[in-house]
Amino acid sequence: MTHIDTANQTVAQAGTVAAAGAPPGANAGIRVDLQLIASLVAPESRVLDVGCEDGTLLSYLWQTKRVDGRGIELSMDGVQAAVAQGLSVIQGDADTDLKDYPAGAFDYAILSQTLQATRNPRGVLEDLLRIGHRAIVSFPNFGYWRNRLHLVTQGRMPVSRCLPSQWWATPNIHLCTIRDFRDLCRELGVTVEAAYALDSQGRKSRLSADGSLANLMAEQALFLLRRK
Amino acid sequence: MTDQVDSHDTQTQDDTAAARVPERGAELPRGQDQRVVLGHDKPLRLDCGIDLGPFTLAYSTYGSLNAEKTNCILVCHALTGDHFVADPHPTTGKPGWWHQIVGPGKIVDTDRFFVICINVLGSCMGSSGPAETDPATGKPWGMRFPVITIGDMVQAQARLMDALGIERLFAVIGGSMGGMQALEWAHTFPDRVFACVPIATSYRHSAQNIAFHEVGRQAIVSDPDWCGGDYLEHDKRPERGLAVARMAAHITYLSEQALHRKFGRRLQDRSTITYGFEADFQVESYLRYQGSTFVDRFDANSYLYITRAMDYFDLAEENGGRLANAFMGTKTRFCVISFSSDWLFPTSESRAVVHALNAVAANVSFVEVQSDKGHDAFLLDEPEFHETLQGFLDGAAEHLGLPRRGEG
Repeated sequence: MTHIDTANQTVAQAGTVAAAGAPPGANAGIRVDLQLIASLVAPESRVLDVGCEDGTLLSYLWQTKRVDGRGIELSMDGVQAAVAQGLSVIQGDADTDLKDYPAGAFDYAILSQTLQATRNPRGVLEDLLRIGHRAIVSFPNFGYWRNRLHLVTQGRMPVSRCLPSQWWATPNIHLCTIRDFRDLCRELGVTVEAAYALDSQGRKSRLSADGSLANLMAEQALFLLRRK
Repeated sequence: MTDQVDSHDTQTQDDTAAARVPERGAELPRGQDQRVVLGHDKPLRLDCGIDLGPFTLAYSTYGSLNAEKTNCILVCHALTGDHFVADPHPTTGKPGWWHQIVGPGKIVDTDRFFVICINVLGSCMGSSGPAETDPATGKPWGMRFPVITIGDMVQAQARLMDALGIERLFAVIGGSMGGMQALEWAHTFPDRVFACVPIATSYRHSAQNIAFHEVGRQAIVSDPDWCGGDYLEHDKRPERGLAVARMAAHITYLSEQALHRKFGRRLQDRSTITYGFEADFQVESYLRYQGSTFVDRFDANSYLYITRAMDYFDLAEENGGRLANAFMGTKTRFCVISFSSDWLFPTSESRAVVHALNAVAANVSFVEVQSDKGHDAFLLDEPEFHETLQGFLDGAAEHLGLPRRGEG
């Protein structure tokens, strides 16, 4: 736990499950947030990972669950790395390229830490749930207490482990809180099958992401959604 | 390189060894530069409506077919290419056009895969084409050879696969016109193609590309030595026309950056301009050389026929105007590759193929390789491209249950 900076200690002490996983960077498998996502995916299902980076999750899903995985990634370096591993990944953009896919083509559409960077999050979410029977979506929670405190006490846009960039450099153009996201799900008539409050490293909190406490205490959130 | 007794060093059509090869049953010859005559009983019905048969295909094979016949890779060549993919060209003596990619231990590993490359129908390296003899007249076909299409080329290749007893190809790979054939294979024979790699290509020839081809064709037919296409009978060759066609086409294979890097405005063997029309600039001298060497190895009428085949290619038009229809229900794994500086087959064309494949939820990878070498990049040393192709083939082999690299 020594690697966790002070900004996260409160959350780590208050709510996280004791760190069973190795810290990021250790060779003990993939990041904990990706492990949590993988745990929600049924074996041998069809998965579209939107913003798949170098294909770490897809590779893990193939190795451990024989998942028929596809990926979309914006950065050419990420695509190149993924395809060179034998993964089915295309260079593309969540905002423009999801519309090509037919309805129900996948069992799961995954969007990890990307929703807040899209131009049209509502459209993207609708597309995810059109393409996939279920969607797995994670995002930084702007309602996290430190973000609120930062804004109230310093009068400046929060910069934290989950939101590392200054306002003028950030790709995050549509930040939201857990409560905001739930409102959108309700409006779209989407069923929330599971919701998790996460700390800055994606470790699952004991807090239920249903409660308002999570909106205050969770740095990130992860939702498993289903079309009604 | 080969233990086949009937390998050919020359390109003769009236070849008795090839004529003896039965269409089915017995083993077809393997190794470099083989011939097979197909379509004895069942001629090839061409898209233009004419039946062609019997017809000859020249081909080379590398490596060995496994017992299950599941490890065959078909490599499709480009407009002026041939079946000498990994071994030296008989006319020029230059290494095979894809020797960096195809060979023992290479990306298309002939230690693991049975690799076959077939000279396309209409070409001039041994397959039936306008320079070969029309069996009906005993004279060269010339312009009496029927107009062929990319689809016809692929149908002819499929006949050869039938004759080899290969039901399904592990992969079809090709760049430029070879990529068109790869797409056509995946469209026409979806159950016979496990993996498809269209490189630096498109689902249809653009207006600009048709325009460039027309410049080349007009250069050829304007040459008095073309003789209405019957130059062989007159013991002539339209060398000037063909050379100009090649010069124009060659520009489209490069990029502005590549030309600038290679030549800039540097002068050729002189310190100052001559106020004349000699090749003052290096780039002029280079193009003239490209043109003059091309005529030694390529037939002018073949150039007309094959450019036409590319012009006619349009997978969208053939499928109700919607490209996705061409791949409906496909189970083939695709890897689409483009090059950032290719303006002949720009990335946008590859992306259109990818979008169509997404629309049918096909299994597709897509990489745009950053390169300043233009269209020809697919023939050159491009490590990023090679890594992509290697990774895709390894992944596909794993999914099909073929041995991994090094497991032989």
